[in-house]
Amino acid sequence: MSKYKAVIGLEMHCELKSNSKVFSQAKNSYSEIPNSNVSPVDMAFPGILPTINKESVREALLMSLVLNCTQPEYVYFDRKNYYYPDLPKGYQITQMHAPIGVNGKVTIDMGTYKKEVLIHDIHLEEDSASLDHYSLASLINYNRAGVPLLELVTEPCLNSASEAVAFLEYIRRVYQYCGISDADTKMGQIRCDVNVSIMNEDDKELGTKVEIKNVNSFSNVYDTINYEIKRQSELKDSGKYNEVEQETRRFDEESGTTIRMRSKVDAIDYKYFVEPNIPKYKISNEWLEEIKKSIPVLPQERKEKYINELGLKEYDANIIIKEKDYADYFEECVKLGMDAKIAANYLTVNIIAYINKEDITLKEFYLTPILLNQIISELNKGTISSKQAKEIFNKSLEEKKEPKTYITKENTQISDKEELDKIIINILDNNQKQIIDYHNGKTNLFDYFVGQVMKETKGKANPSLVKEILSKKLQ
Amino acid sequence: MNLNKSIEELHELLINNKITSNELVEESLKKSKEIEAKCNAFVTIIDNPKKSVISDNLLSGIPFGVKDNYSTKGILSTGSSNTLKDYVPFFSATAVLKLEEAGAVMVNKTAMDEFGMGGSGTTCHTGAVKNPWNLNRMCGGSSAGSAAAVASGVYPFALGSDTGDSIRKPAAYCGIVGYKPTYGMISRYGLFPFASSLDTCGCLTRSVKDAAIVVDAMKGLDEKDLTTWDSSKINLYNSLNGNVKGKKLFYIKELANIESYKNPNEELIKHLDNFHKTLNILKDMDVEIEEVSIDTNLLNALPSVYTCISSAEATSNMSNLTGIIFGPRGEGETVEEMMKDHRTKGFSPLIKRRFIIGSYILQKENQERYFVNALRVRRLIVDTIKDLFKKYDALIMPVGSGIAPYLDDDNDMIDNKETRVLEEHLQIGNFGGFPSITIPNGFINNMPVGINITGNCYDDANVLNIAYALENKMEYKNQIAKEGLNE
Repeated sequence: MSKYKAVIGLEMHCELKSNSKVFSQAKNSYSEIPNSNVSPVDMAFPGILPTINKESVREALLMSLVLNCTQPEYVYFDRKNYYYPDLPKGYQITQMHAPIGVNGKVTIDMGTYKKEVLIHDIHLEEDSASLDHYSLASLINYNRAGVPLLELVTEPCLNSASEAVAFLEYIRRVYQYCGISDADTKMGQIRCDVNVSIMNEDDKELGTKVEIKNVNSFSNVYDTINYEIKRQSELKDSGKYNEVEQETRRFDEESGTTIRMRSKVDAIDYKYFVEPNIPKYKISNEWLEEIKKSIPVLPQERKEKYINELGLKEYDANIIIKEKDYADYFEECVKLGMDAKIAANYLTVNIIAYINKEDITLKEFYLTPILLNQIISELNKGTISSKQAKEIFNKSLEEKKEPKTYITKENTQISDKEELDKIIINILDNNQKQIIDYHNGKTNLFDYFVGQVMKETKGKANPSLVKEILSKKLQ
Repeated sequence: MNLNKSIEELHELLINNKITSNELVEESLKKSKEIEAKCNAFVTIIDNPKKSVISDNLLSGIPFGVKDNYSTKGILSTGSSNTLKDYVPFFSATAVLKLEEAGAVMVNKTAMDEFGMGGSGTTCHTGAVKNPWNLNRMCGGSSAGSAAAVASGVYPFALGSDTGDSIRKPAAYCGIVGYKPTYGMISRYGLFPFASSLDTCGCLTRSVKDAAIVVDAMKGLDEKDLTTWDSSKINLYNSLNGNVKGKKLFYIKELANIESYKNPNEELIKHLDNFHKTLNILKDMDVEIEEVSIDTNLLNALPSVYTCISSAEATSNMSNLTGIIFGPRGEGETVEEMMKDHRTKGFSPLIKRRFIIGSYILQKENQERYFVNALRVRRLIVDTIKDLFKKYDALIMPVGSGIAPYLDDDNDMIDNKETRVLEEHLQIGNFGGFPSITIPNGFINNMPVGINITGNCYDDANVLNIAYALENKMEYKNQIAKEGLNE
């Protein structure tokens, strides 16, 4: 641990879901085939003009509302001008003058404390093409060019790698819950820039800010921040803090270190100005209200409900809210009348393990809540034992047949009290001697009676019910 | 000879089978080659133009020319720049598609100042375009080839584009009509951009009626251009009734009166005198004309505001020209070197100068002082003119300070001649997106001069109708450049 206070700001880029790209009508979807989702607009052929995808604007506004930001009166865009082979137009259409949200705030749960994270702004822009570098050439794939991207910029208000990652996890979950992005780091849908500086606890001014660009997984964000804190602290400790420069670095995964790219002195002047081809668009209150109504219940709220109303343990609740699919599945189960704890147990233990092993999503999982309910409701009624329930669960998955096909007269338990009563009375009548012995202290004969009932019912009697009835009758 | 006729006359011949579209097209191609040899007006003369079916549409079967900054599918489109000297697009501009849908037949692509960034017609990569009235003189620009071709009778109309006065100035210099409609009336999709907030598609013709017919066919909402607006209720052709009684026009005193100039040359004296004579024709038709005074500080700012805004937008708009996706690939060890090589070799010095101005004024430390202030002054100018449009139907002004200059007079350098604002005031039309039309109104030393009418946004029909009424009272409608007038 460094004795200094770390100050961290994040820039998080997230690709949004939509049918078409944000400023062109090409398809917005991942494709293995390079340059298959491309329109002339994405490649900046002479004479092209941007269109605007209203769905992307809606999604951006939704996120702006979720993050408690202030929305602008008009939506409009700016050009960020620079030359790079992955930027066909020579400028990126983005928002500088009037971001879709400013001055936001969210509170995240750090377990032992709550952390308030301030959002500087959130803005809608287009992604660049992707480059593949080979020894003799570089190849450009324009599938990604023009994909809607939402960039979220925090204030420098985070103080540790854990806070930064908790915040990113939180935001990723929000994206997924709102259905506006899959927010999959493995697919490159999330990319982060990290700003780190250190200062003495009582310093009034922030230290020198170092920017680390394009950190592409949350674990790398964690490592990057800790490495930078360590690097800067060591320099400060040895009286060489002036060697910490305002500069741009990159994270090197192999060595786990950051490497200098360029000094802030060489920073590019992006020559921002208002994009003239997209007229200003007034955001109506009606539209904002409509968007507000479409915001789903978010993970934090759901977690509290699971614990306080459904009686789950925090550990289980945390697993369930991790993915919107899990939470939706769980809530569907509860809605069908399943016991919340049993449903949670099935989900967190059996189902998640199964889908991870099979490498499928919960949506692709054969046992939908309705099918799962065929098992759980029988278990609840006592017609099957929990051991049987597990067996039916596995068999049903294996053979892809509805659970009820495995629940028949032959294999279900006798849980009918009257029926069991009759059987037990009959057995007791035929074992008078054993009853006397039992009352004289041979209490292990209790198991003998249970065994007789099981023998009589070919093992189908509900054992707990049998024990219950027996102990009453033998009093 | 048929192509000196108006669109209506040609249509009449076509539907009555007096002539076929093929014959018209052949005649146009033959004339194109002749004018190419004489004026250097074209980048491409199309070998086998698309055949067309004659319908009720006035434009069916009519040959036309397209400025080379319109994207035309399968046909070389260079913007008269070496950076695109071999570029053959795979899609057509919306405006061109609409004309082709109407049945018109594109026969050539016309030369222009490189990417529209010039007012002389001398900076095309294929060389200077010569004025058909006098081959030693320029056509003005940037729609130079279109103006030369229409004035020579290659066809009744050609497409132009107008960012400062690129349709309306060459029209005046070539004795024809040049019409820039309201911003957004015609889709810019497929027009190579110069300055997006000012760029307007339009046409050059030999009569106001022909201009109305052509723009009627090109205009309309286009989902590919968000700045287009719905003009479906406007029919320019049907709106031409010549009735202008009671209309009120104004001109800017500081620019249009000879008293404003300390050392006027003979040409300027004749030009302004001719302008006032033309006003008298309108007054005879019961049109009220008033002289209006506008703050000279505002007027004098016009050229700088234009330079700032147009150069800034152009710098950004033309950043796609890197030679990576299209255009000749530059040489170099790194991508940056390749881009630099492509751009260094491809652009003319005039363009590079504008890029440097544009980059400079967009730089963070300069933006407020130059770019943002230019936007403010633009707003002031537009507000001033819009205020006047509350009282007046249109602004009427002389085009430029006289006739087309000699080719070797070409001087795009920023100068401080006292006629500078008179030369450039048509930019007001682009600042406000106003509809604006130039028509010929006489001759000075055997060279044509023009007069311009500009109205409020969406008021195209009114502007055209005033021009139409005036045109009918003068003798320059449908005139063809007379050869052999060389001094």
